[in-house]
Amino acid sequence: MKQINIFDRAGSFAENKDVAKEIRLQEIVPALSKGEPIVIDFTGVDAATQSFIHAMISDVIRQFGNEILDKITFKSCNETVKKIIAIVADYMQEGLADQ
Amino acid sequence: MGLFEKLGIKADISIVEHESAGRFIPITQIKTSSELSKFITEMIPLLHLEPEQARTIGYIVSELARNVLEHSKSEHGAFLCAQYYKKSNSIRIGIADTGLGIKATIAQSYSVQTDMEAIKLALMPGITGTTRKEGGTEQNAGAGLFFIKSIASVNRDFFVIYSGSALYKLLKKSIKNVLRLNADPFKDRHSTEEDLPYWQGTAVGADITLDRTAEFSALLDAIRKTYSDTVKERVKARYRKPKFI
Repeated sequence: MKQINIFDRAGSFAENKDVAKEIRLQEIVPALSKGEPIVIDFTGVDAATQSFIHAMISDVIRQFGNEILDKITFKSCNETVKKIIAIVADYMQEGLADQ
Repeated sequence: MGLFEKLGIKADISIVEHESAGRFIPITQIKTSSELSKFITEMIPLLHLEPEQARTIGYIVSELARNVLEHSKSEHGAFLCAQYYKKSNSIRIGIADTGLGIKATIAQSYSVQTDMEAIKLALMPGITGTTRKEGGTEQNAGAGLFFIKSIASVNRDFFVIYSGSALYKLLKKSIKNVLRLNADPFKDRHSTEEDLPYWQGTAVGADITLDRTAEFSALLDAIRKTYSDTVKERVKARYRKPKFI
């Protein structure tokens, strides 16, 4: 199981979409492509923007389908980060029906 | 604020420069993603806000400035400033660019005739100039401005957006009003103007009353529902209809 630490890459306020893209392309996609489950660890992250979460996971859901969410675990998210992840997961899955 | 300095104009009037810490963020130019991250890390704490309030302000600055860096194609990047008002316990944030403007950006994917039509689309959840696909592109969802308008709406604050010759202003709501988010900005209490002096680019302003920023979590619940309902409606509107004879 691959562990990805967001605080180490993005700090306590995860807002830099370029960093989110790097995490997606360098860590998330390669692991999932090999069938390896991942844990995205938000320990120490106080807040994240919708844009950051979108840049990190939206294309993963589009590329692999919504069943890929079964292989991703979001660890130690505070309430607002959880809600932002849920918003992005919702609209991406609803949008999949249109593609 | 450093306006004359940024404009390169020698001011004839005498200007007393105040200490900015705890009061304002002077006009700052941001041209790159890393400059923006550095600005948020170093400048927002200088406003001496509570952690929850600082997060809200950081959120707004990040989303607005990244919009400029990604969409405006302005060679000058984004100019932003903020000021704290003690009497109303509020922060006013302004951000402007001299880029393409909203109409030209939205017109890359949608047919729009006027600046106001473009502003309306830009404020709706899931609409971006980069694609018509639901869910946006890998880097862009078309949600940033909807989130910012929603933060202002839930806080019952002002929010204004000006591009080309059009201006949309979200007006203050009565505190008695039940919180409700609208995907369509024209369904919010608002005013518009369409014959203003032409601004090549986009300017956004938001007043955030700090007493009310603790409602961010409840706001996210409302955003989730409004966003989801809007995407479902749009997808359903594109369903093929069975033909009966």
